Amino acid sequence: MSATAAPTGTNRLARPTRMGPRTETTLRIVAPIAVGLIVLGTWQFLVSVVGVSDYLLPSPASIIEEFIAYWPSIAQAMLITGTNALLGLLVGSILGILVAAVAARWRPIDQMSAPVVASLAVIPIVALAPVLNSMFGADSQFGRQAIAALASFVPVFINTLRGFRQTAPVHRDLMRASAASSGQVLRTLTLPTARPFILTGIRIASSLAVISALVAEYFGGPRGGLGGLISTSAASSAYARAWAYVLASIALGLLFYLATLALDRLLERRPRERRRT
Amino acid sequence: MRDGSGFRDGAGAPPQPASGAVSAVEVRGVDKVFETRTGQVQALDAIDLTVAAGEFVSLIGPSGCGKSTLMRLIADLDDPSSGTLTVFGKTARHARLDQEYGIAFQSAGLLPWRTVAGNVALPLELHGAPSAARSARVAELLDMVGLTDFADRYPDQLSGGMQQRVAIARSLAEQPRLLLMDEPFGALDEMTREKMQSDLVRISAETGAAVVFVTHSIPEAVFLSDRVVVMSPRPGRIREIVPMRLGADAKRAARTDELREERAFFDMVTAVREALHGGAPVGTGPRGMETR
Ligand SMILES: Nc1ncnc2c1ncn2[C@@H]1O[C@H](COP(=O)(O)OP(=O)(O)O)[C@@H](O)[C@H]1O
Ligand SMILES: [Mg+2]
Repeated sequence: MSATAAPTGTNRLARPTRMGPRTETTLRIVAPIAVGLIVLGTWQFLVSVVGVSDYLLPSPASIIEEFIAYWPSIAQAMLITGTNALLGLLVGSILGILVAAVAARWRPIDQMSAPVVASLAVIPIVALAPVLNSMFGADSQFGRQAIAALASFVPVFINTLRGFRQTAPVHRDLMRASAASSGQVLRTLTLPTARPFILTGIRIASSLAVISALVAEYFGGPRGGLGGLISTSAASSAYARAWAYVLASIALGLLFYLATLALDRLLERRPRERRRT
Repeated sequence: MRDGSGFRDGAGAPPQPASGAVSAVEVRGVDKVFETRTGQVQALDAIDLTVAAGEFVSLIGPSGCGKSTLMRLIADLDDPSSGTLTVFGKTARHARLDQEYGIAFQSAGLLPWRTVAGNVALPLELHGAPSAARSARVAELLDMVGLTDFADRYPDQLSGGMQQRVAIARSLAEQPRLLLMDEPFGALDEMTREKMQSDLVRISAETGAAVVFVTHSIPEAVFLSDRVVVMSPRPGRIREIVPMRLGADAKRAARTDELREERAFFDMVTAVREALHGGAPVGTGPRGMETR
C-alpha cells in the first residue's frame, strides 16, 4: 500500500496549482494505476521479450495463472492469516485503549508503563516469534495471534494516550463547573476528543497486525497460512506460486487497511455530512 | 447523578432563606498563592467582596491582577490559600455541585463535535434532565440569544460572536442565580461587542441573576455594572469599588445604547479610569464594608 501512496504524493507536489478538485481526484486514482500498469508492462516485457529467466523473475502472467490455479489454498491461507491478524488487532487495540485510559488517569501507572512501551516500540516484535511459538506449542496459532496483538498494542496505546491528553483546559473547567462525574467526563469529553487519535492508532495497527501475523509464520508453527506457504513454495522453487501468495498477502494487508479507513470515515464523517445540509 | 425531577434540587444544601436575604457571593479575607517552579506567586491578597443577589459586578484591572483567579475561586475551579468564600450561603464546592452558577469563559469552549443545540443541552444532559424538558429548554435558550435558526449548526460554522452567544445560552441552561463571566467578549470586534453587551443587559434583567463579570474594558464595565471592582496587580488587591450611578435608579433593562452617549456615562468612565490609574483616593462602596 505504501507503493501506491508514493506516486500520488509526488504527483501532488510536482503540480501544486491549477487543478480543479475533480481533476485532482481523477489523477489521484489514475496515476497509481498508470504506474502499476507501467511496472507490470515492463516486468512482463523483461521476462518475455528480453528473456530474463522465469526462474529468477516469474512473469506477471504466470503469477496470475498460479493465483487462479491455487485459489482454494490461497483463500484458505488468507482466512488463517487474516483471522490471526484480526484477533491480534482486536485484542491489541482493546488492551491498548484500556491501558492508555488507566495510564492517563493514574500517573504512577503511566510512569511504570512508559519504559515497557518504549522498549516494545523499538524492538522488532516478530523477533519474539520463535520464542512464543515454542512457548505455546508448534501446532497452535496462539503465538502468532499474540505477536499480532503485541504489535497492534503499541501504536494504539501511544496514540490513545496522546489523545487522552488533548482535552482543552477550558473544556475540563466546563465539566468541573457542571459538576460532571468522572464517567460523564470520560463519555462526553475525553473519549470524543481522543477518538481521531484512537482511530489513527488502529489504522497503523491494522497493517502491523497483518505483517506480524504473516512474518511470524516464517518461524515455524502450523503451516497453511500465507507466510508459511510463501516460504514452502520458495523452498520448493515454485517461485510463481510464492509470488501468488505474496500477491494475496498484499491484498490482505490492503483489505485490513481499507476496513479501518472505512471505520474511520463511518465514525468521523457522520457529523460532517450533516453539516453540509 | 441526580434525579430528573428538577434542574435545581439543592441536594445536600442547608435550607435557603428567602431570596434576597442571602448574598450571591461573599468573599472574606481570601488569599491565593500559586506555587510555581520559580517560586511563589501571590495572585490575590486579602480580598473582601460581597455581591448581592441580582447585582451586576464587574472586575476590572490590568492583566495579571488576579481577576480570573478570583472568578475561578468563586466557581470552585481552584481553592483559596486562606480566607472563606460562600455562594448563596453555601461553600463554593457545595454551590458548584448544586449548580448555583453558570459560567462563560473568554474562549467560548464549545465542544466541536456537538451541534449548537447539543452544546446548549450539555449541562442539562449531565444533570439528567428528561429529554422533552431538555429540548424545550434548549429552544427557549436559543431564542433568548437569537440563534434558533442555527440549532443544527456546528461551532466551526459560527462567527466568534455567535459562538459566544451559544456559550452564554449554555451558562444559563440551569437557570442559575449567579452568572460568572471571564472576559466573554474579549475576542470580539467593537460592534459585536456592544451588541452582546446590550443582549447581556437584557438577559440578566430577564433572569434576575447576579453577575460577576471580568473585563479589561472600562466602558464595558460602566455600561453593564451596578458596581465596578477595580483591582491592582502584584499582589492582586481590590483597590477601589466604584458604584455606578447609572443603574441606581433606572432598572437594568432601561440601559439602552443611548446610555453610552450620556454625560453620566462619561463621568463614570472617568471615575473608573482614575481608580485604575491609582491617583484617586480609596472610595467607599455603597455597602460600606467591602472597600479597604
Ligand atoms: N495556575 C497558575 N499557576 C501559577 N500562577 C498562576 C496560575 N494562574 C494564574 N497565575 C498567576 O496569578 C496572577 C493572576 O493571574 P490571573 O488571575 O489570570 O490574572 P488576570 O485574569 O487578571 O489577567 C498572574 O501573575 C498569573 O501569572
Ligand atoms: Mg484573566
